Amino acid sequence: MAQSQGAVAVDIDDVTKLYGNFTALSAVSLAIHDNEFFTLLGPSGCGKTTLLRCIAGFEDISQGAIRLYGDNIADLPPNHRPVNTVFQQYALFPHMDVTRNVMFGLLRLGRSEAEARARAGEVLELVRLSEFANRMPAQLSGGQQQRVALARALAPNPKVLLLDEPLSALDLKLRQAVRLELQQLQHETGITFIFVTHDQEEALTMSDRIAVISDGKVQQVGSARDIYEEPDNKFVADFIGETNLIDVSVAEIAGDKALCTLPGGTRFTCPAARGAHSGQGHLSVRPERVSLADPAGALLTGTVTRLIYLGTDMHVDMRLSDGESITARVQNSSQTTIPAMGDTVGLDFEEGAARLLVD
Amino acid sequence: MTGTRAPRPNPEAPGQARGATGMTRRKRTRKPDLRRFPGFLPLTLLCVFLLYAPLLIVAIYSFNDSPSITLWGGVSLRWYEDVFWGPESDKFKQAAINSLVIAVAAATTATVLATMAATAMLRAGSFRGKGASFALINLPLMVPEIVTAVATLIFFSAIGFSTGILTILIAHIVFCIPFAYLPIAARMEGIEDVYEQAAQDLYATRWEAFRLILLPLMTPGILSGFLLAFIISLDDFIITNFVKGAGVETLPTAIFGAVKQGIKPNIMAISTLLLAVSILFVTLSYFAGRMGQNRK
Repeated sequence: MAQSQGAVAVDIDDVTKLYGNFTALSAVSLAIHDNEFFTLLGPSGCGKTTLLRCIAGFEDISQGAIRLYGDNIADLPPNHRPVNTVFQQYALFPHMDVTRNVMFGLLRLGRSEAEARARAGEVLELVRLSEFANRMPAQLSGGQQQRVALARALAPNPKVLLLDEPLSALDLKLRQAVRLELQQLQHETGITFIFVTHDQEEALTMSDRIAVISDGKVQQVGSARDIYEEPDNKFVADFIGETNLIDVSVAEIAGDKALCTLPGGTRFTCPAARGAHSGQGHLSVRPERVSLADPAGALLTGTVTRLIYLGTDMHVDMRLSDGESITARVQNSSQTTIPAMGDTVGLDFEEGAARLLVD
Repeated sequence: MTGTRAPRPNPEAPGQARGATGMTRRKRTRKPDLRRFPGFLPLTLLCVFLLYAPLLIVAIYSFNDSPSITLWGGVSLRWYEDVFWGPESDKFKQAAINSLVIAVAAATTATVLATMAATAMLRAGSFRGKGASFALINLPLMVPEIVTAVATLIFFSAIGFSTGILTILIAHIVFCIPFAYLPIAARMEGIEDVYEQAAQDLYATRWEAFRLILLPLMTPGILSGFLLAFIISLDDFIITNFVKGAGVETLPTAIFGAVKQGIKPNIMAISTLLLAVSILFVTLSYFAGRMGQNRK
């Protein structure tokens, strides 16, 4: 969040993108700050890649404006936008060696051959590929190709780097290593990164801020912590991590607190997302914030329906009195008593652990 | 040496389009073993015999020492000597030069036009009449050659164009276009447009993206298309015969003219030479089409 005071690098202002009758993006507004690692997160088909392609210039927008440090770039062709893209399939030019690939953008910008070559060497060093400078793309592993794509996009020193799911083609181990590298690279270069992914773990670990997108709309923008701990709506709570959604009836909302009645009749006060209203609603409680307790005096009571052993943790699935299920994630330690199947147990969570959502 | 026996468009061409997904080709499911079908072997042998025995006999008898076309008189190169230095050699040489000049010019022009057509068909998005354009480009493959020949002749005489080497060239360019188009389009289809997008993202104009990225990646297809067009032009007889005008001969029409006066063994020698050139170019076209396919 340190960057949130910085200048606005990319200002997406009320952007709508229609394909015939299909609305890919619906009045999206986002302010992406200078030197920020910003992630567009959402399920496939949510519009996040379309938004990225609109910024790069591969798609025209139907309405709105896209400003890059104040200049409206929405009508410029891709080659006139000082942004570069790392493509999902890398799209390295197969007939050029690594150095020529990296030099390509510099030469098109009118740099001399010598200057471009020197800069290519520099960037290849940055991504630790110097010894592969003369290889053809086909002679490189997936991870190396990905780094060439990164070097090629960074070489012209773009104002903003766009990354379209660049890790999705890598295997898990490599992906985890590359995540750290990307984050480090962003710090070193000071370039604003806009990163598209459907992988919430990727988004949570790398980003300064995340925009959760669904159905062509921005659902919530915030830091990883904001989005995980204080989801605004059911979609965000459900999409990011695991959560329990508990049906409640809300008597009233006072400020940012809600007074609700839990299944079983207990009255409970908890934080409410902005826009939540009284009536029927949902509380989100993360499984790791649910603790098992004595049924007497607990917030909820449930019957154990399933136990899943996960090494460090135990997942306890229970059925509440209203028939809904709830999961608690209990640490395996000598202190905790693990219930047995069919046991009736009490469930507790702190006031701050629950949140009334906008449905 | 009629047009109907012209080599068909490279049968590998559709496969080239799958360059990027070549992996899937290796995992094809097992098909029923063809060799177990009853009568497979005799039928195969009959077909192979009918197709290739005449060619083989012509090739063998071109080395015959005897002036007869049926009696074997020992091995000799005298008919090849006759082709190059004999009494009729000047006629054949001039015809061969005409054929080569026309084939090079027609194949080059047709390849340029076919590349432009493929770019419009595959890279310009969708436009009105796209389906019709595709049909029009490939229609000459379906039209009986004799019909095209008659129509072309009528067309030239209607506009008062006197027949000669230029009319042959124009006619050849026209019927070479679909042959050049097929391998070029197949190749271009296999190249994802993300490469050109990447080029444009890296500050290339549309023209630079075409020239620096798409064109080099398409080179094998273009080369394959050129060689195919070249060979189609080189051995065309029907259309050429109609539009050539008096006194202008290409190799196929010269051979036909010579045969009318009775078959001499030198015809076999010259046919064998033409056959060798055809096989060479079709082979080159095939390998050009495959070139660079393992790169991805």
